[in-house]
Amino acid sequence: MADQNNKNEDGSTLPASNSGRRNFLKFGALAAGLTVVGGGLTKVFSGEKGQKVKLLSPDGKVYEANSDHLKEFRPPPVSNEEARKGIPNKKFVMVIDLAKCDGCKKCTEACQAMHYTESDREWIKVFKMQEANAEAPFYFPKPCFHCDNPTCTKVCPVNATFKREDGIVLIDNERCIGCRMCMAACPYSTRFFNWSHPSSAQTAALGNIKYSPEQSVPRRMGTVEKCDFCPDMLRQGKMPACVSGCPMNVIYFGDQNEDAVTNAAGVTVKLSKLLADNAGYRHLEELGTEPRVYYLPPKNRKYPVPEMENIGTDKKVKKHNTDMGNMGM
Amino acid sequence: MANEKYNLKNEIETLREDCLRPTRTFGRSTQIWVGCLLVIIGWGLYCYIHQLRDGLGVTAMRNYVSWGLYISTFVFFIGISHSGTLVSAILRITKQEWRRPITRSAELLTFVSLCFGGIQPIIDLGRPDRIMNLVFFGRIQSPLIWDIISIMTYFTGSTVFLFLPMIPDMALCRDRLTVVDTRYKKFKKWLYKFLAIGWQGTKSQWHRLELTMTIMTIVIIPVAVSVHTVVSYIFAMTLRPGWDSTVFGPYFVVGALYSGSACVILGMAAFRKLYHLEKYITPRHFDLIGRVVLALTMIYAYMNLNEYWIPAYKMATAEGHLLNDLFTGSYSTAFWTCQFGTVLLPIVIMAFPKGRKITPLVITCIIIAAGAWVKRYLIVVPTLLHPFMPIQEVPGTWSTYFPNYVEFSVTAACLAGIFLIITLFSKLFPMMAVWEVEEGIEIDHDKQMAIELREIRLAEEAKLLDLAKTNGGVVNEGNKSITQPA
Repeated sequence: MADQNNKNEDGSTLPASNSGRRNFLKFGALAAGLTVVGGGLTKVFSGEKGQKVKLLSPDGKVYEANSDHLKEFRPPPVSNEEARKGIPNKKFVMVIDLAKCDGCKKCTEACQAMHYTESDREWIKVFKMQEANAEAPFYFPKPCFHCDNPTCTKVCPVNATFKREDGIVLIDNERCIGCRMCMAACPYSTRFFNWSHPSSAQTAALGNIKYSPEQSVPRRMGTVEKCDFCPDMLRQGKMPACVSGCPMNVIYFGDQNEDAVTNAAGVTVKLSKLLADNAGYRHLEELGTEPRVYYLPPKNRKYPVPEMENIGTDKKVKKHNTDMGNMGM
Repeated sequence: MANEKYNLKNEIETLREDCLRPTRTFGRSTQIWVGCLLVIIGWGLYCYIHQLRDGLGVTAMRNYVSWGLYISTFVFFIGISHSGTLVSAILRITKQEWRRPITRSAELLTFVSLCFGGIQPIIDLGRPDRIMNLVFFGRIQSPLIWDIISIMTYFTGSTVFLFLPMIPDMALCRDRLTVVDTRYKKFKKWLYKFLAIGWQGTKSQWHRLELTMTIMTIVIIPVAVSVHTVVSYIFAMTLRPGWDSTVFGPYFVVGALYSGSACVILGMAAFRKLYHLEKYITPRHFDLIGRVVLALTMIYAYMNLNEYWIPAYKMATAEGHLLNDLFTGSYSTAFWTCQFGTVLLPIVIMAFPKGRKITPLVITCIIIAAGAWVKRYLIVVPTLLHPFMPIQEVPGTWSTYFPNYVEFSVTAACLAGIFLIITLFSKLFPMMAVWEVEEGIEIDHDKQMAIELREIRLAEEAKLLDLAKTNGGVVNEGNKSITQPA
């Protein structure tokens, strides 16, 4: 678990090369005492002993401090009301470029580290897809689609899962009664149920962190969980874990209102142009759920196609890989 | 004439005694039966506590099959609860005289199966401790809330529907209690007096009872239809292949009526045998209700045709995978056994008068009831195993489902609970609506009397005619005068 924690810090912060990019979220990490200056971020947390770093205080003064004395700043979770309302004036959107995905599952790993998830729960799961025998197989990373016409929030009897103004669909596990109606309603098998108590290792790793629907932890037995687009990171102006964790720069994330999306390499592109140039589409559009996740078709792939083994012949696979060690953890 | 009246009185007296006799004894065999049921309930309760403590993970359900035996049982039990409405309300409103001896058991079945059907989703809940959230944060947009509202309404309605015709019987029990010696007399005295709510059998009381019964009969039918319609909506309101069906509402309602009436037959047969009611529940009753079940099975067959043949003709991608699995895949044995046993076989058997004799009918109904339960399972589980996204690289337990001991134990406890309540009820209250059967006997008797009177009159007339013939003229006897026709 300690190992996971390190990964968490690395995975959730942006690489140094990102510092120059437009801070598309203005919810900067405003510490109670000190604000870490842009580029020093990664260095601070992985820095050598006794290294001096420059820090900027909210009133504009520059300080120098020993990196050993610094602690990662975690802003206090927002209130339940704020978490239900969402981040004002935003419409979050994700674009996944299937042509660039090599199926390494680093996105899943980053996500699992970020959310202290057990290895069997893949909030973003990389499928091996082949629509028909004559068609080429491809890797298909699938997070929650945060649909604009969500089947899951409609059927929730207690408003424990809800659609926010910024487009994100979240779950309040302090209200969820565990009826699993949303799991039955979701056509994308996105939701996971906490069938048992969270493991003691997980509880220990989390310490006594305060729950907020925005960070989805600590988990509670008998409630539902799923991909949340990392709204706690978004509030700090950072990318969701899967986006920044992708070494292939497959996943773009951004704000539809700004018509801009950015990938892990810090490349910001115009959303509408990206979709228009690459014939972007949404998965299972005919279901009418209006996903907020777009895909770019897997044409001109830069990486080898997945080996489908028995998978390719039938979309509904009968053979299952039960060896969890193979899943990239 | 005096003799006739004496016979009627006698007959009613026998009826009352026959109905009340089981409420006075609690024999050894009943004690053993209740003991067994309590053991099953106890074990089920233990398993449920285990589930409460360690989470639903102790069941066989996992992330793909997130609804299993509990929800299947929910649909089945709520379906059974339609029996009371069918037999009592529909047969009452259509003035079917033969309904009289079976209304009570049907209404009781409705009440009990609703009790245990209604708690199934709560057993299935991950956080039953938060059940009050349904009140604090309830959203009318959710099909589950429709279910709760509808089932609560139906439960209230059918409790009233069970209780109303019991009032005169409670008064009867209360009045008879003073003459006979029985155990727990004090408790029973209080209970009957309480439940009789001051029934004296006055004309105005009878009038009010009949008026209320008429209103309830009319009101309960749409409520019952709504219940199973919205039960189907928790499936039909999703996009999942196999559930995303516009025929689901009527399909469920018909399926409910048909499995419910099959269970009424089982109840009839059991009480007839155990409480020696052969005189009142006759082979004729079985023949008639057999016809009802036959008709319902045919409608059910028609519904099945619509539910499976239409998508099977088109074989749309996702739905096609599900149907392949049902028709030729891992669920094919269960599916075809179910279709054969609960649709084809009952129609063939019950179409013939010999098939509506008690023994074959009871066997058929056992098959129907068991098959209906399996069918609910086949509606719930295979769809969950055929999501739109392929099932890949997941733990082996996620991609298959068969209920484990916890689910079976808890479900068995619920079934035992149904039997227990029915047993205890039948040991406290008459299992036939005494006054309704009495009324039937009186109607029969009146008819008989009318026939006899007519025969007597005809005989007298014939006698007079003879007399007139022999006298060759007009005969006066009393105020009757008959003139011989020319």
